[in-house]
Amino acid sequence: MADKLAIQADSLKKIYGKDNTEIVAMKDATMDVAYGEIVALLGPSGSGKSTFLTAVGLINPPTSGQIKIGGQLVLNGSQPMVNLKYFRKKYLGFVFQKSNLIPFLSARENVQIALEINGYSPQDSSKRALEIMNELAIGDRADNFPSMLSGGQQQRVSICRALSNEPDVILADEPTAALDSHLGRQVMELFRDISHKRGTAVIVVTHDQRSLDVFDTVYEMEDGVIKLRQEIS
Amino acid sequence: MNLAIKDIRHNLGRFVLTAIGIGMLLMIVMGMGGIYRGISDDATLLIDNIGADIWIVQHNTRGPFAELSRIPQNLVYRAMVIPGVATARSFVQHTIQRQNNIGKQLRMTIVGLDWPIDKGEWVVLESGRILNQNHYEMIADTSLGLNLGEKIKLGKNTYTVVGITSSMISSGGDGIGFFTIQDALDIQLDKTGEAVRLDRVSRSNRVKKNDLGLKQPNLIELASQKSSQLPGLARPEISSVILKLKPGANLKQVENIIEGWKDVSIFTSNGERQLLLKGTVEKVRKQIGLFRILLTIISAIIMALILYTLTLEKLHSIALLKLIGASNWVVLKLILQEALILGVSGYCIAYILGKKIFPNFPRRVILSNDDLFQLAIIVLIISVISSLLGVWKAMQVTPNEALN
Repeated sequence: MADKLAIQADSLKKIYGKDNTEIVAMKDATMDVAYGEIVALLGPSGSGKSTFLTAVGLINPPTSGQIKIGGQLVLNGSQPMVNLKYFRKKYLGFVFQKSNLIPFLSARENVQIALEINGYSPQDSSKRALEIMNELAIGDRADNFPSMLSGGQQQRVSICRALSNEPDVILADEPTAALDSHLGRQVMELFRDISHKRGTAVIVVTHDQRSLDVFDTVYEMEDGVIKLRQEIS
Repeated sequence: MNLAIKDIRHNLGRFVLTAIGIGMLLMIVMGMGGIYRGISDDATLLIDNIGADIWIVQHNTRGPFAELSRIPQNLVYRAMVIPGVATARSFVQHTIQRQNNIGKQLRMTIVGLDWPIDKGEWVVLESGRILNQNHYEMIADTSLGLNLGEKIKLGKNTYTVVGITSSMISSGGDGIGFFTIQDALDIQLDKTGEAVRLDRVSRSNRVKKNDLGLKQPNLIELASQKSSQLPGLARPEISSVILKLKPGANLKQVENIIEGWKDVSIFTSNGERQLLLKGTVEKVRKQIGLFRILLTIISAIIMALILYTLTLEKLHSIALLKLIGASNWVVLKLILQEALILGVSGYCIAYILGKKIFPNFPRRVILSNDDLFQLAIIVLIISVISSLLGVWKAMQVTPNEALN
């Protein structure tokens, strides 16, 4: 199984501040996610979910613990073992609570820019962006600016962008928080399809208890510790 | 993908207004240079066009463009016999301020041409002709607002505008009117009938009290006649004598001869030009130069603030770009290109507006290619420097900030 693991987060700990101002945001957080697996991470506000996600996303390194991606050690405590920016660009995709699209780029260009940053030519990236958008049924809004799209459409574009460089891992931080339950469900199902069809490991931080059936595994985080709540498959 | 172009496209209205604002500031910077160039060009135009090699002026003065110079008219004949001199002409220049035919103030620099040697052939005419007679004709610069054929009364005489020229402005910024020497002196020395009568009485009284008058009573009668009929009174003085040398004549040799005359000073055309530029124009140049530097600095500060604000608005997008793996160069390029596009657009707007507006200014604003090129380089440098604050801010942004 270990050779099929996309993410191995081992005993992650994150401490902010020092001495009197010290806050332990995450302690002993461990999680393994396999390729093609979609997991949910539940937990109350302040439990350390986002800290965990940013640590695994190589944005906010942990104080201690290890993170392996695709079996390669990338962070040993706060010490980077690889070029994090390159690794993030190559292997990770992000989806946020708000769609976080660049407002001055059209939907297609928001996807295209991620591809160009990954070295695609402008022509290839434009073509590829449209392909992904058609795949996720948002191609008809390709030329619209984010402000002209609904919340659900924006989130779809955001997912297209996350998928554009065919990452091994997608990290989604409350992606349905700004959507109604129907759209929220659609987005969660989209993640599941992506995960299962493409073999992408997906971690979704969510509060939404109604869509838990779409996940393979559900974890719960409390006081900086991750506990397995439910393994569906 | 050019992110700067995309950002501008999305906020086109605001960008255009900002560029217009920057453009107007740059137009003033451009105009300042043009005003200086205009003043300098106007000041030297007459010297450059009149085609003189040597200016003879009153001893120890710097000539008619720098200060008052008075020399006798007969100096022309003395100068004419110097070996190597092709022509010697009288030159008169003075400024008057009178009311024109419709009661408006008319300020004009009067230049006297030594008719018939000089009928104004060197004056570039827009319409009309040169001076065909010794009296009562004039060539007027367009800035004087006189029309071809218009008659204007100056002193006791009426002069007809027979030619119109343009860009003939004195160093003081007044339009030039070209007259014959005789007319120029008449206008300068015009007196009312009462003043002439009082002069004659005064002259008679002086002779009456003089020993000579007592011994020769007919002199008292002579003294009350026209001054032009009195051989004892010199003819009116002129401002300078200008010499044109024969081809191949030795300038230095001619200079040496005239320098031996103790009643006059001489300058070459270039010397007179330099005197004018260093005297009359120098202070204006410094004043405008300093003002131009201040405006350039202000433009740079304003551009820096605008670009900084534009960058602040994009911090989240910049963080997002960094999060998805964009290098610092991608972000730097976005800000730098936007700064350059703003600078170049501002410059183009400044040029277009300036071309439309400057011709309506009371004095000439000359946009020379050298000045325009220099300003273009300055604008490029300002654009880069003013983007540094925004670049610095963008470099501080971490990918984490995309998550907020």
